[in-house]
Amino acid sequence: MSDIQKNISDKQSGESRRRFLRKLGVGAWGFSGAGALLGACKRMDEKKEPAAEGAVPTGMMTMRRNRSTGDNVSLLGYGCMRWPTKTGNDGKDVIDQEMVNRLVDKAIEHGVNYFDTSPAYCQGRSEAATGIALSRHPRESYYIATKLSNFAPQTWGFKESVNMYRNSLKELKTDYIDYMLLHGIGMGGMDAFRARYIDNGLLDFLLKEREQGRIRNLGFSYHGDVEVFDHLLANHEKYRWDFVQIQLNYLDWEHAKETNPRNTDAIYLYGKLDSLGIQAVIMEPLLGGRLAKVPEHIVSRLKGRDPLRSVASWAFRFAGSHPGVLTVLSGMTCMEHLEDNLRTYCPLVPLTDDDNRFLYDTADLMMQHPAIPCNDCKYCMPCPWGIDIPGVLLHYNKMLNEDNIPQSRQDPKYSKARRAFLVGYNRAVEPVRQADHCIGCRICVQHCPQGIDIPAELARVDNYAEKLRRGSLPG
Amino acid sequence: MLRKIRIALAALCFVLITLLFLDFTGWAQAHFGFLAKIQFLPAFLALNVLVLLGLVLTTLLLGRVYCSVVCPLGVMQDVVNRLRCMAGKRARNRFSFSRSKTIVRCAVLVVFAVCMAAGLGWLASLIAPYSAYGRMVQTLAAPVYDWVNNIFADRAAATGSYVFYRHDTVTRLPLMIVVAAATFAVVFATAWIGGRAWCNTVCPVGTVLGFLSRYSFLAPVIDTDKCVGCSLCARRCKASCIDYKAHRIDYSKCVACMDCIDNCTHNAIKYTKRRSAGLHKRAVATDKSRRRFLSAGAMLVGAAAMKAADKTADGGLAKLENKIPPKRTRPVLPPGAVSIEHFTTHCTACQLCVTACPTQILRPSTSLSRLMKPESVYENGYCRPECTRCGDVCPAGAIHPLTVERKSSTQIGHAVWTANLCFPVAKGLRCGNCARHCPVGAISMVPYNRPDGRLVYVPAVDTERCIGCGACEYVCPSRPQSAIYVDGNEVQRMV
Repeated sequence: MSDIQKNISDKQSGESRRRFLRKLGVGAWGFSGAGALLGACKRMDEKKEPAAEGAVPTGMMTMRRNRSTGDNVSLLGYGCMRWPTKTGNDGKDVIDQEMVNRLVDKAIEHGVNYFDTSPAYCQGRSEAATGIALSRHPRESYYIATKLSNFAPQTWGFKESVNMYRNSLKELKTDYIDYMLLHGIGMGGMDAFRARYIDNGLLDFLLKEREQGRIRNLGFSYHGDVEVFDHLLANHEKYRWDFVQIQLNYLDWEHAKETNPRNTDAIYLYGKLDSLGIQAVIMEPLLGGRLAKVPEHIVSRLKGRDPLRSVASWAFRFAGSHPGVLTVLSGMTCMEHLEDNLRTYCPLVPLTDDDNRFLYDTADLMMQHPAIPCNDCKYCMPCPWGIDIPGVLLHYNKMLNEDNIPQSRQDPKYSKARRAFLVGYNRAVEPVRQADHCIGCRICVQHCPQGIDIPAELARVDNYAEKLRRGSLPG
Repeated sequence: MLRKIRIALAALCFVLITLLFLDFTGWAQAHFGFLAKIQFLPAFLALNVLVLLGLVLTTLLLGRVYCSVVCPLGVMQDVVNRLRCMAGKRARNRFSFSRSKTIVRCAVLVVFAVCMAAGLGWLASLIAPYSAYGRMVQTLAAPVYDWVNNIFADRAAATGSYVFYRHDTVTRLPLMIVVAAATFAVVFATAWIGGRAWCNTVCPVGTVLGFLSRYSFLAPVIDTDKCVGCSLCARRCKASCIDYKAHRIDYSKCVACMDCIDNCTHNAIKYTKRRSAGLHKRAVATDKSRRRFLSAGAMLVGAAAMKAADKTADGGLAKLENKIPPKRTRPVLPPGAVSIEHFTTHCTACQLCVTACPTQILRPSTSLSRLMKPESVYENGYCRPECTRCGDVCPAGAIHPLTVERKSSTQIGHAVWTANLCFPVAKGLRCGNCARHCPVGAISMVPYNRPDGRLVYVPAVDTERCIGCGACEYVCPSRPQSAIYVDGNEVQRMV
């Protein structure tokens, strides 16, 4: 049992575990390990009204100071996993480079200086597109984060992995990487971790690269088996991690395990990093948009508390309010999302204890009708049999949000909901790519960072759609 | 007044029948499907006695109002003629009386009947008015309708509404386009030049009804006392049936459009009992042509009797390679088609079921014996267990209406397994998708030893339970050829 868990269990007496955990979360601001951060943050008058629409302020970005290199990092980091695409001349989807350039320019103009990519993103085209957009700006004006995404067994060899690293430098048009990550440790457990980074000597190579300055910060991103996370942190003295990337948001704060027993609650991950004084880079602050596209009653709840703030801004403020957070990554595909996030972080208005309690209660409400925890990262794709896996799962979530999942034909809005579900299904996913084509080969399962049992979820959606089509829901 | 009533009714029928062939949601067919069922030839083929009796009595009572109101091809010609008349007075007054080309009419009718009886129904149906119209709309106008619909659907999708959804008519047989375009060109041209010339020379239904309407109780009659012989009625008669000099109307050609009644400036034409007007003396001799006419009629009746005999005998984002249809021994016909023979002899290839099919699995056939008549293909969908639309809409009795329960126990074919394409055998993968999706549970997974000694599970089809719906073929992951496909039954049966 780790230290923090011990702490928790020691102090549980009298109070419910959950309430205690909440307090811990709320109190996290109070006991920041190094405490050096806040000085670097541009604090602002908390009474200031947020601007939900209109101009985005310039020069107001909240910054965080990197404890190991002193980098002044913007609290909003750009996740380069969801670059916009357009249909190319050959009819295939290509990255809309012009739009990427405009997004990057706008982000940099407003103080964003952390760009997170990977050789695996956007079907391998993210680094090149990011490199093109960034190289139009002075190299010292931004930080590049990329990863060693040697997921496929054929890239586990030392040579292959190093080639991947060198190719990243080439694609990103640079001779050094500011933030280098071991990608998705925990996926495949200790065995996969050892095969990817230890047995082939790759971690030693990366440590050497850091010594020589070609890697300025070394860290890892974590999904899945917590044993690997714990193992790497237990060896912190040896590896001296500059930062660690974790999934954190108000739903996963204490519901991650509930959603999937394989996952780890963010409160544990963050607490552990904080206790070691390691700064956290936050991924999935918005759960791939799931915390922006929420059920109607949740929208009303959030809007009711502050009509001027967007639904998404609550999630970003939650992530950014933790003082041990270096930067919060958001994969902003369109200008509107970028602008909304800039408004949230220029500057950040930290959540109050009351706000946090409000969000924890919101998370509880959301867990009453849990969505499929798909964040549309598309790691599962392409499905060899042509199924649009995220398309199917996100459609189900959308219907859940729109309250279009009737459980009985007696439901007063049964026929309307039925139509919405079926019309929307064909609209979201063409019929030959729908869930009924899943043969259950389970190739996708190992790739899902959220540990979703994809074939089971597809079968669930398919069975439900089939019941709607046949009108065979209980009467 | 009568003319206006005729125009209003005709416009209504015309629009609604056109909608039957355009509306893919099934709404129009559910509400106005009867308009297809009261069409003469389909009702005749379906042996729909009530409708036939109604049509015969109506014609005997009122004349060929069917041709002016109910028949979509007839109304379409009126529309074309009206367009021509907009050119001016000369165009409007371009007609003159012409004698009925009885020999041609009867000859066409005989050839038509022979083709129907000899299993060349597709050839005959080329001139069958209702199905010819259906093919034109379904082939030429439906894509336009889809296009407009898709504009709404995209708008709806953008605003999060589920009222409209996209519909893309699947690629058609080029032959269908050729046939439809040719039909349109010919009918348009004859109407542009000669008004109802098509109806009074080629149309087999027009010929049959023309025979009846000669004895109709009510008809437009020229009052010789009032007529001044100005010829206006004759010059504007699109059926070219008024011999104004003789004060006679050829009732075999008159479609009871009532135009002449409105056009006559002297009120000399009345829609009334012919006997009272004392004008039933007929100059048309009961000659050879009449006898021929009667014999043709007898043949048609004979063909119908043959059908009756049949009826009593019936028993019942990786890249996806497009699937290609398997080589079936026999075609798969929609449930309710009874048998290949029954279906082939009844279907007029009007394409109404093709429009109505929600999964778009019905496509016009390319086989010569069933040219343009629908058959099921399962590449992009299958015959849904809860759907009975094709049988509900078929006006010709080619596809009988079935209840959902009966439909899901009607065997239209049976699944055939191709071992060397099946994933467990070919790739050693676990699959079983066909078994999971079989709506009647006719497929079970049984152990099978691969040559390499591995034990896999492969589908085993219980052909006694299989209904041939094609769910297995549709969800089979093997591409382009499904490892399990449906072969049609010669005769459909209950399982």
